[in-house]
Amino acid sequence: MDLRFRDAEPSAEERAAVDAVLGAPASSWHGGRRTEEDLRFAAGGHEARERRDLLLPALHAVNDRLGWISEGALDYICRRLTVPPAEAYGVATFYSLLSLKPRPARVLHVCTDLACQARGAEDVRRHVQERLGPPGGSWMPSPCLGLCERAPAALALSAGETPEATVYGPAELAPAASPSNGVPEDGHAPPVLVRREEPAAEFAVPQAGDPSLVLLRRVGVVDPASLDGYRASGGYAALRRAFQLGPLGVVQEITEAGLVGRGGAAFPAGRKWAAVAAQPARPHYLVCNADESEPGTFKDRVLMEGDPYALVEAMTIAAYATGCAKGYLYIRAEYPRATGRLQHAITTARARGLLGDDILGQGFAFDIEIRRGAGAYICGEETAIFNSIEGYRGEPRSKPPFPVEKGLFGMPTVVNNVETLANVLPILLKGGAAYASIGTKGSTGTKLFCVSGSVPRPGVYELPFGASLRELLDLAGGTSPDLRAVLLGGAAGSFVRPDDLDIPLTFEGTRAAGATLGSGVVLVLSGDVDLTRILLRIAEFFRDESCGQCVPCRVGTVRQEEALHRLSRDPNAGDLTLLREVGQTMRDASICGLGQTAWNAVESAIDQLSVFPVTRPVPSSPEAS
Amino acid sequence: MTVPLPPPRRLIELTVDGAPVRVPEGSTILDACGGADIPTLCYGDTLTPKNACRVCVVEVEGARTLVPACSRKVEAGMVVGTSTERARHSRKVVLELLASSVDLSTTPRAAGWMEEYGARPDRFGTDAATVEQPVKVDNDLYVRDYAKCILCYKCVDACGDQWQNTFAIGVAGRGFDAMISTEYDAPLTDSACVYCGNCVEVCPTGALSFKSEFDMREAGTWDESQQTQTTTICSYCGVGCNLTLHVQENQIVKVSSPHDNPVTHGNLCIKGRFGYQHVQNVRPPSPVRDESLPEPSPDLATGLRP
Repeated sequence: MDLRFRDAEPSAEERAAVDAVLGAPASSWHGGRRTEEDLRFAAGGHEARERRDLLLPALHAVNDRLGWISEGALDYICRRLTVPPAEAYGVATFYSLLSLKPRPARVLHVCTDLACQARGAEDVRRHVQERLGPPGGSWMPSPCLGLCERAPAALALSAGETPEATVYGPAELAPAASPSNGVPEDGHAPPVLVRREEPAAEFAVPQAGDPSLVLLRRVGVVDPASLDGYRASGGYAALRRAFQLGPLGVVQEITEAGLVGRGGAAFPAGRKWAAVAAQPARPHYLVCNADESEPGTFKDRVLMEGDPYALVEAMTIAAYATGCAKGYLYIRAEYPRATGRLQHAITTARARGLLGDDILGQGFAFDIEIRRGAGAYICGEETAIFNSIEGYRGEPRSKPPFPVEKGLFGMPTVVNNVETLANVLPILLKGGAAYASIGTKGSTGTKLFCVSGSVPRPGVYELPFGASLRELLDLAGGTSPDLRAVLLGGAAGSFVRPDDLDIPLTFEGTRAAGATLGSGVVLVLSGDVDLTRILLRIAEFFRDESCGQCVPCRVGTVRQEEALHRLSRDPNAGDLTLLREVGQTMRDASICGLGQTAWNAVESAIDQLSVFPVTRPVPSSPEAS
Repeated sequence: MTVPLPPPRRLIELTVDGAPVRVPEGSTILDACGGADIPTLCYGDTLTPKNACRVCVVEVEGARTLVPACSRKVEAGMVVGTSTERARHSRKVVLELLASSVDLSTTPRAAGWMEEYGARPDRFGTDAATVEQPVKVDNDLYVRDYAKCILCYKCVDACGDQWQNTFAIGVAGRGFDAMISTEYDAPLTDSACVYCGNCVEVCPTGALSFKSEFDMREAGTWDESQQTQTTTICSYCGVGCNLTLHVQENQIVKVSSPHDNPVTHGNLCIKGRFGYQHVQNVRPPSPVRDESLPEPSPDLATGLRP
């Protein structure tokens, strides 16, 4: 490919960061030093382009080292991978955690999303702004960081040779430097938030240690770093069982268990696995979707931090059943601790022959590669995740063709959520039929619920399907008498009224009640939470996170936010009609689930909670509104 | 000479607006809807459908959402409704969303569709966000007016791997702030652009236009009803591309190529697209000899300067 580059030089540090990911350049054709040899051959064709999927890791490498990506660095990455600069620029500008403008090495991300907003995120934001100035430089407001049980939360990411992440949850405002306490000796400005040791993963699991737990049974009980501990507590028994059953047998058990996807769409996992296993095209790919970004969701983080080997084992079983030799674990960049623990688990498992060419001496070859997201909710969509891994903008693809036919790199692909995969282990250990006896007929097994907001004990709870919302909230310490609403399923979910707490927490039960389980978000909002602000935040979230590909979502989410702003000032019938019409179009005509669900929560708030009671008569001409 | 025939394609039977239709396997719903007038914007006859604009949505029985007619392949037994209440509602709102954020004044047929579907973009209020921005005039050949851009991706596809393989432009940013851009929004003259004009050819809204057209529109002299189109063959090289010369008042104002031409598929290079000025250069009047000047040197006669 005859590409035109920008002729901007990378700094030595940028070059080193990129080379650490891609290896040293072989010749000047790849951005290296020019020698006599280079004049005698041409390189950079297919071989370089086949590494396009390393674009995002390379961008990450520079961003992690310097905090931002300069023109020279981007140009060098483009030369190394034979990527047109315009495309690489498009990819880099897609992700909110990558910066193409100079900025400080340390950036504080202050969560302003739903669960944090219900617990005082606004105060944190105001405090940070007072101390650090307007957002965009050393701090920025952030969508949900998945630290909802410790709301209000913040995350500081520091670039450098060894990038650091500091979690603040709950964020404690640090007093400003005053003449009495003086400027710290190191000359740095005093911290904005108080730094504390991050609590262990089980802090998020109030039920930790309860013997009735299935998915969470090891969290807080077994050392997440210890493979021996994992094996001693029943680890890798499920994989042995899988080898006994054979690939078809495993798919059979999963199908019999009635396992459905836990990411929000509730698609039968057995059918997905069977479809991929039956595809003649090779290779098959496995993608574990750990891009948990639905506001209010943090169950996957807790699973990954608290029991990382379980995910590695479950991915190995899924790969064995569906004929995959390679698995990608796509995890959001806001989860540094989970990423570290999984990296450790994968390395250890590989060293012990539990990943690699000959797993447990069964002749089955499989390995896992971790890929980090870079701040884009949409990359949790099952086809956007492929584009992101392949080094393109994380825009959803149109379906059909479905991932089971043409997924990652155009090959048959299984995509499963972390929690879905975690269920594979108990299914194989108990047997599909026994697993199916838990829960209800339509929703089998247990489910993780992310309880946050105005409850005494927020956290991840595991309950068999069929428990009522009230039972779950009682476990979390009950609700206050002035309960205003419960948001089920996150920003893409819907509100439930306080008198509806007896709805059964099953896929069919919530559907019958006009709600959705979604990813298991249960955000409790008491009377002192401003519901209008929550709605505005939901609208803002979808506007920010829309990829921009299709018109209904790109413009519709903007119009939805504008109409909500007008309604919050002056409830009027015209804007309600407008919202409904735009909402219906987003639901009907958007390409992917983001746009299709962007109006759900707002609609339910209007219908179920009457947030915008229209007192004035309907204006005769809606334009006038 | 024998022309190899493609293998016969199975015919698929489906129902469109209540009438049975048979089309070859692999056709899209849009192909099958031959008669029905379905609006399209991001669809291009020479490009792979991107189905980003969603103005061509139709209702397929049993589908949870509406489907884009331009890209969804037909399936046996499909029951398609091209102008159901639901489909018409979405088209209306999509047109409203577009017209309230983008300048559609030079989009062919947009005004007609707005009227047909009863779209009233002004109901989003006067302070509705738009993509309004200054026109980018950074070269002598074509102009980029992104206030008119609906982000259909056609120019990116034409510039990239679907035709030109130049990759001068991409989509940058995200959501409502996404826009077509060179790297770092550099001027075209600093980009990989080779000025083939194939992006202009596929632009459905006039966001991209030839400088000649742009200037005439500014001056108020652009009048398509006064233009003739003459298709000829480019004389620059041996490929033999078809050129269609758009002529107004005896001046070439634009050059395109027929989309069904097997050589070009509507694409040209900078020479065919923009290298027409020599055709209409008026020969300067022969110089009248001024007796007071010395004899002309032989170089002047050949046009060469000493």
